[in-house]
Amino acid sequence: MSFPTFSLAQQRTSVPVRIDDEKCIADKGCTVCVDVCPLDVLAIDLTRGKAYMAFDECWYCMPCEKDCPTGAVQVDIPYLLR
Amino acid sequence: MNTIEREVDVLVIGGGTAGPMAAVKAKQAGPDLKVLLLEKAHVKRSGAISMGMDGLNNAVVPGFATPEQYVREITAANDGIVNQKTILAYAENSYAMIEELDRWGVKFEKDETGDYAMRKVHHMGTYVLPMPEGHDIKKVLYRQLKKNRIEITNRLVATRLIVGEDGRIAGTFAFDCRTGDFHVVRAKSVVLACGAAGRLGLPASGYLFGTYENPTNAGDGYSMAYHAGAELSGIECFQINPLIKDYNGPACAYVTGPFGGYTTNSRGERFIECDYWSGQMMQEFHNELSGGNGPVFLKLDHLAEETISTIETILHTNERPSRGRFHAGRGTDYRERMVEMHISEIGLCSGHSASGVWVDEHAATTVPGLYSAGDMACVPHNYMLGAFVYGRFAGVSAARHAQVHSHAAVAASQIEAERQRVWAPLLRESGLPPAQVEYKLRRMVNDYLQPPKVTKKMQLGLERFEAIREDLDLLHARNPHELMRAMEVHAIRDCAEMAARASLYRTESRWGLYHARVDYPERNDADWRVHVQLHKNAAGEMACFKRPLEPYVIAMDQDEHAAYQKLRIHKEAVPA
Ligand SMILES: Cc1cc2nc3c(=O)[nH]c(=O)nc-3n(C[C@H](O)[C@H](O)[C@H](O)COP(=O)(O)OP(=O)(O)OC[C@H]3O[C@@H](n4cnc5c(N)ncnc54)[C@H](O)[C@@H]3O)c2cc1C
Ligand code: SF4
Ligand code: SF4
Repeated sequence: MSFPTFSLAQQRTSVPVRIDDEKCIADKGCTVCVDVCPLDVLAIDLTRGKAYMAFDECWYCMPCEKDCPTGAVQVDIPYLLR
Repeated sequence: MNTIEREVDVLVIGGGTAGPMAAVKAKQAGPDLKVLLLEKAHVKRSGAISMGMDGLNNAVVPGFATPEQYVREITAANDGIVNQKTILAYAENSYAMIEELDRWGVKFEKDETGDYAMRKVHHMGTYVLPMPEGHDIKKVLYRQLKKNRIEITNRLVATRLIVGEDGRIAGTFAFDCRTGDFHVVRAKSVVLACGAAGRLGLPASGYLFGTYENPTNAGDGYSMAYHAGAELSGIECFQINPLIKDYNGPACAYVTGPFGGYTTNSRGERFIECDYWSGQMMQEFHNELSGGNGPVFLKLDHLAEETISTIETILHTNERPSRGRFHAGRGTDYRERMVEMHISEIGLCSGHSASGVWVDEHAATTVPGLYSAGDMACVPHNYMLGAFVYGRFAGVSAARHAQVHSHAAVAASQIEAERQRVWAPLLRESGLPPAQVEYKLRRMVNDYLQPPKVTKKMQLGLERFEAIREDLDLLHARNPHELMRAMEVHAIRDCAEMAARASLYRTESRWGLYHARVDYPERNDADWRVHVQLHKNAAGEMACFKRPLEPYVIAMDQDEHAAYQKLRIHKEAVPA
């Protein structure tokens, strides 16, 4: 049986969650926002030691912003519904 | 990627609202039992009540309502199709649950004398208890989980239940959405509390995650119960909610109603008598929306400044707190403009309407050892307090079952088959991206299943869902996170097929917009005053059948029965 092949393209998307690098202390071991997100869409960029939004799959529910100890997270309404 | 096996006595799947309660109550009922709470996200902030709740929608508080009155209200609101015993069991245990939550530290609104400050929103009785400071409810639950030493695993996605060779429940399969590890959790009894099927219809914005329900609840629970052989009920009674247009929060007549806010048409006139969500109310909403007086608005601009700022504080800090940002972005100020409303995508949810796994008044499903509670268990209009009460029933029942049963024997082939199914998208070298398949599937759900329902359209929908079944074997995941999305597509497809089949089966109209069939516009009590059940039959096919109503335990008179049929405000004809 032969497998179908797929041609793929990368599409850009503007994500609703912004992290203030100045304030983020992921480099000191913080992972709070990543831990609490129900959709598991935040991650830590290990090379920079900062949190970021890895997937545009957000419920704009805000635990990440509310629970961040340094106030580094800002949740916006996703562009499509703004 | 590893395979990890473990054994517990009671397994609770889903750590949102009903799940944590079930785990705590199972442990309290059997302190020697090994109880595991397995959650897809993180129990600290998972589920519908992630950021708290604005209030209890269905509190039966002595002095305001009796359990019997509540049963009558919901029997009427759900057009007679209820197993009253399950609703009565809820109602009789609702007050004790409020008091327990109060002792645990959940904040409910009270008046000067310390009594609960009840509000009337329903058509007949008084059942709404506001909780403007309800933000901490998840914290309160978490404290109880710790105090009762419940073992918790986060970020494990349950995929299928394990059914023993004798037909008893035997545990679950799951995978870790960070590492891809495959888990086999064996248990003597299981509580399924995975919430609504919230990612069925596509929101009008096209944003896959802009759903009314927490999108983590993709319908996994419905699909798992189905494949385990459980009966589901009322699937054709869709969930459709009146929401702020483009924003997925309720426009919240429940919060604003008691302050004087209400739903209007574009002329600023009221058109429904009662803002309590029901299919009949949604039908009137839909009529107004698509008629000449549309669209529909939430009207607050007539209220005093003080009142409006109180409303803002509640609505912009609790439950769906990003609402304030949405309004700010559009320049909507409650003081100056009415808020445009729209109807939500369709979903399955017994918390709001009636679709779910069939359970009795002890939260038992039709599969021995399997219990269910919350939005995915069929106890109509059960909402948050119903999730807690049935969570308690399910926990206690599951503990009792585990005390007198051993682990069921499981065929090794079942384990191997599921591991292959789950890992396949990661092992494929290329294939279809999960988001693309999900988008198409959910657009088809909108095109073919969104009420008013048309027979031919639903049949075409089934053809499309069949075609997409083949695409499931082409899904490709680049990492364990994408694998989670891929497996959710499997569940969403199952739910779409269930929604179509159950809707086609019931050849009448009922529950207002929830099951408005254009080709069968009348309600037909002679043939359809029954539950429509759906299950996997002996041939492995999805099939529907009728289940007669249990005799009512609370008698209804004609007026009560018809109460929810008369929601539209009819203007007196003005003589010219
Ligand atoms: C926006 C909104 C507003 C609401 N407002 C009110 C209100 O004011 N008053 C009221 O009484 N009710 C309200 N409700 C309803 C109420 O919140 C729900 O009925 C109730 O919380 C449902 O509880 P649950 O345990 O069934 O689901 P949830 O609390 O959602 O929990 C389900 C859990 O299952 C987990 N899960 C899902 N799939 C899997 C899987 N495959 N494996 C493992 N875990 C899984 C999820 O992560 C989640 O934690 C509202 C609901 C919403 C969405
Ligand atoms: S919670 Fe705040 S500080 Fe911690 S990792 Fe996230 S953004 Fe950084
Ligand atoms: S708003 Fe909610 S879904 Fe979005 S990143 Fe924050 S926690 Fe996750």
